[in-house]
Amino acid sequence: MALNFASWTCPLPLRNYPTIVMGHGSGGKMMADLIEHLFAPQFSNDLLAQLGDSTVIDLRQIADGGSGAIGNQRLAFTTDSFVVSPLVFPGGDIGELAVNGTVNDLAMSGARPLFLSAGFIIEEGLPMETLGQIVASVAQACRKAGVQLVAGDTKVVNKGHGDGLYINTSGIGLIAPEVNIAANRAQPGDAVIVSGAMGDHGMAIMSVREGLDFETEIKSDTAPLNGLVGAMLAASRSIHCLRDATRGGLAAVLNELAAASKVGIEFEEKRVPVQPAVHAACEMLGLDPLYVANEGKLVAIVPEAEADSVLAAMRAHALGREAVRIGKVVAEHPSLVVARTGIGGSRVVDLPAGELLPRIC
Amino acid sequence: MKYIDEYRDETVTQRLLDEIRRAATRSWKIMEVCGGQTHSILKSGLDQLLPSEIDLVHGPGCPVCVTPLELIDKAIALASRPDVIFASYGDMLRVPGSERDLFSVRAAGGDVRIVYSPLDTLKIARDNPNKTVVFFGIGFETTAPANAMAVVQAKAQGIQNFAMLVSHVTVPPAISALMESPEVQVNGFLAAGHVCTVMGYWEYEPLVKKYRVPIVVTGFEPVDVLHGVLLCVKQLEEGRAEVENAYARSVQRDGNRPAQAIINQVFEPCDRPWRGIGVIPQSGYKFRPAYADYDAEQRFPEVQSIETKESSLCISGQVLQGLKKPNQCPAFGKECAPQTPLGATMVSSEGACAAYYRYGRYAESQTPKIQLQESEAGLGV
Repeated sequence: MALNFASWTCPLPLRNYPTIVMGHGSGGKMMADLIEHLFAPQFSNDLLAQLGDSTVIDLRQIADGGSGAIGNQRLAFTTDSFVVSPLVFPGGDIGELAVNGTVNDLAMSGARPLFLSAGFIIEEGLPMETLGQIVASVAQACRKAGVQLVAGDTKVVNKGHGDGLYINTSGIGLIAPEVNIAANRAQPGDAVIVSGAMGDHGMAIMSVREGLDFETEIKSDTAPLNGLVGAMLAASRSIHCLRDATRGGLAAVLNELAAASKVGIEFEEKRVPVQPAVHAACEMLGLDPLYVANEGKLVAIVPEAEADSVLAAMRAHALGREAVRIGKVVAEHPSLVVARTGIGGSRVVDLPAGELLPRIC
Repeated sequence: MKYIDEYRDETVTQRLLDEIRRAATRSWKIMEVCGGQTHSILKSGLDQLLPSEIDLVHGPGCPVCVTPLELIDKAIALASRPDVIFASYGDMLRVPGSERDLFSVRAAGGDVRIVYSPLDTLKIARDNPNKTVVFFGIGFETTAPANAMAVVQAKAQGIQNFAMLVSHVTVPPAISALMESPEVQVNGFLAAGHVCTVMGYWEYEPLVKKYRVPIVVTGFEPVDVLHGVLLCVKQLEEGRAEVENAYARSVQRDGNRPAQAIINQVFEPCDRPWRGIGVIPQSGYKFRPAYADYDAEQRFPEVQSIETKESSLCISGQVLQGLKKPNQCPAFGKECAPQTPLGATMVSSEGACAAYYRYGRYAESQTPKIQLQESEAGLGV
């Protein structure tokens, strides 16, 4: 039998995988392909285009954003990791969350967020399509928040060593000289304001995880709050404290602020906005919306004299339309947060002990 | 929210409080049996709004709190097995056993899952044929029908790799035990509304006659609780001792017959130990012989030998019997807090100690009412 060398082909390694495989983290051609085709098209900017081991930023080229010379401003720097499951949930996905989370952490110190880095830890087997969708969502969230992603990294871990995808983002922002926002600045007499309905994100995640169907779909409130904070700072430069009410919800934030400022906080439970569907879901599961996470809501502590103008500025912004004053800072019972209950009683609203656990009956 | 807001209405609450103030001419100790009621009372601050004549005593009705330490240790032993998937209602995971809790078992690699319904565990069993799925079947008469249903369905569907660690308890024998105890001085009871939704309230009729004590079937929202308190106070002031239903929108005298039937099909009464209290005769359910195959203690006989003693510092037993308030415990808020619980009453959100810790510390430092209770304790209540 004659040998047919003409039809012999070398089996080329498969490159268009439908899922992530270990090779995508190898540092070789597959990884270069992944970055070139999946990541790079989403994040084209001059700084990222440097493609160096680190990105070099010329401070003189940062637009001053109306805050004056760069030398008078302060740098805000933060990092946060995102491990949410499921990766895509009603109202958002892990990519959008990873951008908004870090943007919001910067905004809560009064900073104007400028640059982000993103590290993707990808579990072998993640569908390429899912990764593509999430990377696109990171890019879109950056545009929406007005920040540039200027450094990045990907790693692939073995199947079973991750939960699909983890994202870490770090961010840098600049704080105008006269802004002084910190957790320890709450003063007796200050007004306590929330920017909108509490508990949407946590209940959106929980309803998907537990397969609970409600007539109205509960959507995550994930959103970049830097625009809202900008509007608030335009109304008053003397905001004392800002916090986004993420894990632990409103209750955790108020407790942290009370403890850091050595003051008491009192609020009216009835005034805390909660969407009816979130309220119903919490009732079903035996949870308290005060303890449920948000990803696009903030708590502001503002001098009483400035409260009305800050509130008006918030309500004029799309992400603060339901902003409301819920209570005040008091000198009594330092470090304790006390709620006036709906029936006129009062109770201590404590830090949550650990994981939120549904009650048995 | 409809059907909730009406029962948390401030005007109605105030009107009921006024009526209770007018009705109460003497001091009365009223025990709310159910942990859900304790939770609601402290969450809404009702305890501070009631007139000083009315002392609400928190009863042994939190299923998490009364589950004996020994059962928790058995659960931990089962959950630690590589061939077991252990499923539980969420708030059992943080209850400390003698050495660790179910969260720690999970962290050490045990497959411990939170479920909302025991029926969910059957799906887990079908999806994992090479493991045994053990469900922690705890609770009062409220959770018993669903737990029994899971066993019936497992049998009907031929699901072999499913078993239940059962620690069911029932309310009427606990009320009897409390009334028989010479230390307990409770004048009236608010019966647990959801237990009565299942069981009805005919079981309580012999108790009110025998012990001359009013029992009012009561719901869980502030208005429900106050309605129950009002009916109870009126009975006490008028010298009556009857079963009354203040939760008619959910409870009928006969209860839910099909639910009772399925409990009886799977379980039979047995003596049960209550954490911190001791064994109460005929106060629980165990598997009937026909369903013994599903008993996790039969399936894994080695757990039967586990025996555990309770912490000596913890006074949860006295709290559950209404003899002491949580803040009268020397360890309260010190050695014992929700993050580091010594006893189950500090763990469950329905537990009296956790409810006091979470909702009560402000009141404790501000209002004279609690100080009064402390001085009462000094008199040896």
